[in-house]
Amino acid sequence: MAEFSRVDSSSSSHTMDKSITLPPDEIFRNLENAKRFAIDIGGSLTKLAYYSTVQHKVAKVRSFDHSAKEAPSDKLYEISVQEEVTARLHFIKFENAYIETCLDFIKDHLVNTETKVIKATGGGAHKFKELIERKLGLKVDKEDEMTCLIKGCNFVLRNIPHEAFVYAKHADSEFRFQTTHPDIFPYLLVNIGSGVSIVKVESEDKFERIGGSSIGGGTFWGLGALLTKTKRFDELLQLASKGQHTSVDMLVKDIYGGSYGSLGLTGDLIASSFGKSATADKEFSKEDMAKSLLHMISNDIGQLACLYAKLHNLSRVYFGGFFIRGHPVTMHTITYSINFFTKGEVQALFLRHEGYLGAIGAFLKGAEEDNPNQYSWGENYAGSSGLMSVSPDMYPMQRARSGTFDMLEMDRLERQLVNLPLLQDASSYIPDTVDLTEDAQAREYWLYCFEEALDGVVKRAVASQPDMPEAAERAEKFRQKYRHKLQTLRHQPFAYGSLTVRSLLDTREHCLNEFNFPDPYSKIKQRENDIALKYYQKAVKSMEKLSWEERQFALVRGVLAGNVFDWGAKAVSDVLESDPEFGFEEAKHQLEERPWLVDSYDQWLERLKGPPHKCALFFVDNSGVDIILGVMPFVRELLSRGTEVVLASNSGPALNDVTNGELQILTERIAAMDPVIQDGLKEDRLTLVQSGSSSPCLDLSRLDKVLAMVVRERQTDLVIIEGMGRAIHTNYYAMLSCESLKMAVIKNSWLADRLGGKLFSVVFKYEVPADKADEDSALLTPS
Amino acid sequence: MAFNGHQPDDDTTDEDETPSKQPRSNKEMPGGIRNEPNNEAAAPAGRATSERRTSNSTTRHRIDSFRKTRPPFPWFGMDIGGTLVKLVYFEPKDITAEEEQEEVENLKSIRRYLTSNTAYGKTGIRDVHLELQDLTLCGRSGNLHFIRFPTHDLPAFLQMGRNKHFSSLHTTLCATGGGAYKFESDFRTMADLQLHKLDELDCLIRGVLYIDSVVSSVSSECYYFENPTDPDHCVQRPYTLENPYPLLLVNIGSGVSILAVYSENNYKRVTGTSLGGGTFLGLCCLLTGCSTFEEALEMASQGESTRVDKLVRDIYGGDYERFGLPGWAVASSFGNMMSKEKRDSVSKEDLARATLVTITNNIGSITRMCALNENIERVVFVGNFLRVNTLSMKLLAYAMDYWSKGQLKALFMRHEGYFGAVGALLELLHPS
Repeated sequence: MAEFSRVDSSSSSHTMDKSITLPPDEIFRNLENAKRFAIDIGGSLTKLAYYSTVQHKVAKVRSFDHSAKEAPSDKLYEISVQEEVTARLHFIKFENAYIETCLDFIKDHLVNTETKVIKATGGGAHKFKELIERKLGLKVDKEDEMTCLIKGCNFVLRNIPHEAFVYAKHADSEFRFQTTHPDIFPYLLVNIGSGVSIVKVESEDKFERIGGSSIGGGTFWGLGALLTKTKRFDELLQLASKGQHTSVDMLVKDIYGGSYGSLGLTGDLIASSFGKSATADKEFSKEDMAKSLLHMISNDIGQLACLYAKLHNLSRVYFGGFFIRGHPVTMHTITYSINFFTKGEVQALFLRHEGYLGAIGAFLKGAEEDNPNQYSWGENYAGSSGLMSVSPDMYPMQRARSGTFDMLEMDRLERQLVNLPLLQDASSYIPDTVDLTEDAQAREYWLYCFEEALDGVVKRAVASQPDMPEAAERAEKFRQKYRHKLQTLRHQPFAYGSLTVRSLLDTREHCLNEFNFPDPYSKIKQRENDIALKYYQKAVKSMEKLSWEERQFALVRGVLAGNVFDWGAKAVSDVLESDPEFGFEEAKHQLEERPWLVDSYDQWLERLKGPPHKCALFFVDNSGVDIILGVMPFVRELLSRGTEVVLASNSGPALNDVTNGELQILTERIAAMDPVIQDGLKEDRLTLVQSGSSSPCLDLSRLDKVLAMVVRERQTDLVIIEGMGRAIHTNYYAMLSCESLKMAVIKNSWLADRLGGKLFSVVFKYEVPADKADEDSALLTPS
Repeated sequence: MAFNGHQPDDDTTDEDETPSKQPRSNKEMPGGIRNEPNNEAAAPAGRATSERRTSNSTTRHRIDSFRKTRPPFPWFGMDIGGTLVKLVYFEPKDITAEEEQEEVENLKSIRRYLTSNTAYGKTGIRDVHLELQDLTLCGRSGNLHFIRFPTHDLPAFLQMGRNKHFSSLHTTLCATGGGAYKFESDFRTMADLQLHKLDELDCLIRGVLYIDSVVSSVSSECYYFENPTDPDHCVQRPYTLENPYPLLLVNIGSGVSILAVYSENNYKRVTGTSLGGGTFLGLCCLLTGCSTFEEALEMASQGESTRVDKLVRDIYGGDYERFGLPGWAVASSFGNMMSKEKRDSVSKEDLARATLVTITNNIGSITRMCALNENIERVVFVGNFLRVNTLSMKLLAYAMDYWSKGQLKALFMRHEGYFGAVGALLELLHPS
């Protein structure tokens, strides 16, 4: 595996994405609707933030009025594409040299704004104040830099999963992303600008500058310029990455001849920075001096940070500021220093969007009346550039930002997202089963897989909008965009945090939305739902004939067989496309016979013989056969047992997954045919909630607040997760505090292979948390 | 083999160092006593004042025990650091006529060479002002001399040792500092000398405590700066280091070591930094073309660091009140040097001053954090970086006082960089 990754990384460095120069119309997107601006002008880079609204198409379903006999068609419901306005935050980063051009551009394109002021922060804000006021006619309102920084930091830590990472230069993946803890406080922020500020952040509004140092980025730059006659910061870093500090620094072994054993100081430690240059008759290379300087400053900052962390008993230490800003050289030296001084007890953490913190904070200051913090926000993968840096030691100059524009876009989510209250340990929960950033082989496969599937997705997208002649053109743009994302990810798998099957799927959904293909599967879903509904009663009847024990097994097989119908899986979509009559019964034949690949059916059956569950939360998967013939009979049985059921479905479309809107209509129709469902709805024992997600996968740490509330209120004691995306790509290892059932059919031969099974292998994973298991056995034991 | 008037009577002398034909020490009849009955009686009177505190009987007892373990002359203690070699030499002044006669020529010549000169070769210097006179060590009274030369001149020193047939004296040369390890084989091969290697931190603490105990009542070894935050009224004052523990001991040599000392034998190295005296001199040499510490300090004394450093007021126009940062505080060391114009307008003196201020303040802030973490309020700064460097001492005194709001006291010692060497000498005389 290590070999694979080596091959991969060395080849990638040649084809590495050098810049993301974009035509201006792609840089300042949605400017015509921009409402509110903020700007953060640093020493060399300007970060512009604005809030805007995006109008895009969404697919809505509406039930026909079935009481009126003259339904316009025999279709179940109608699909309409509507315009919807959503809020989006745009952040753009560019060199200060472009500031005037950019201001002109903004002035020319600003149409509807009622804004009178622009919030500004950063050391350069006063320098450009006059220019901004003149060009934009907005009043520049200065905000405290540190306040903005902290506000921005809190915002990204809260809203962007995988925002923070540790840096490991020689590891398979340089960036190891951290799962965001639900409680982000307290933490230490070490901001390395020209000087260093060390800030302790205790809550949203409470922070304190507990210390700092004058030896910072400005010292590296200023002293470096004096020593090497090199003017640019990036060039200094480049010099440093090529130098040997040992020719300039006095090491322990230069004094001791070896290590200082009794103190555990190894010979290679620096005893005195620049200790060897205390001589008039020797020349030192620029590279060596720059390297020595870099070590000196990084070690010093790391040491102080550790001393402050220790004094205040803090273990989360984030580093930011222009000295760090995506420079692997400095991230490496700081990481090294922190490891050395804390003996690994404290990890140096870095932030993906570190460069934007000031701008985000300034924006938030200005938007306080809209209270953006009451919403959840999500990074839009389609509109964000992602983390850029790669292999700078080899090609540092290729990272030169000249002429490039970096972007971050965040969508305001309709719903506030929270943890599922039933997670055993929210702080250690990781949704994704495989981290493709670390697993090079898996990464290769999935990137290839998504690229292969792209043609099909494009075709499907065009077909979903037959009456729109420009759909083909848009679909082509979508293809280019997504392919470009895949290529970027091939070389920079860390661009958007940990690369996972989920993030690849989500990126595709974001790109589809970007080009107004809100729901390419809407018509297919509609057709399949129609067909499946016709078989519902028959399916239920066939179940009723069976004995209790036979029925339990048939219901499980039904869910599994239903789950074979999945357009997201290539193996299946090929069959579905070529043979639409591929039936439910045939699907059952495809299923693996017991014992399944993962098989705890016997335990489940035993459990069913016991008292009914209080309430089951069921995360459903696909439309059509899956939901109607697989899931609904299963739900029906639960209701009959006296278990309340909460059906959680996606808020927005993703592949052929059933959406909440669709499920509402389907459930009504089923209720009309089935008194058990009908009563369940009437008596509020069957509830439909939305998950808050528009992904084929499931992140249990970002769920609709309402769902969390319902789950808590109903004392949910069983969570059922269905399908490959939700139960295998994600949550396979998720530990819940109540009983859980994960059911999926593996419809991908590579994945089947990996898990030691074959195509259509079954995962049936019934789990009882350790403490609950004890409780149950205690209950069952006669006293 | 009786080249020394004082017969070696110690059990500790290694056999390979004293291939003595005489019988080894006899505990019942220590040879030394026979030779100098008068001296013993006279000794208490001529003792350094500091020892007057002890009662006569204790003193007598101690002298007896000294006699038993007293090593042969010459008595040296050596500390071979990354930049400087520090040498302390005890010159006995109570040599009797008899002793004088017996004293071998080599020893005599070494004594005369060291005591009649204040400079040795091109770079060796005797810090005359630090000399401790009428000191009693191991029952002998004499003067303690403090000599230093650059570590890179160690070969010349060894050559001299060879020329003066130092090895024929069969003395134990106690040495500490990294160089004791690094140059051990050079001592052996070039000068036929066997080093007794000692831990530098052990020696440092021992040296500090000893010098303070013998000197403080005479002319104050330890001192501090009164009114450190008021340049017009900042004056040096003696300080009595009674009940010194716990103590933060900051040794600023080429690099810096910070020790928390809880008692003479109980201490730990809290941390260290590579930004020390070597960094100051190294950077000054690169930035100004100077070549010695004195030159660098001289330049620094004439320069203005605020032209080089970016101050808080340069960024905020005044104090950064939200965080209680005064306008005069340095926001970014060398921060102004990011601009080409300013690079072109600063002088070498400015650069030297900024380097000094940067290194000194940094040591100050790391020290302050250590003091807080270790909960220690007294800090003693030692090491040769502080030699003739009142600028740095006042800066440290200021920084400790200002940033701790008066909680921390910065203390200094007159013998700055020699404590390790003194500790090594003590190890020769009183092996621990």
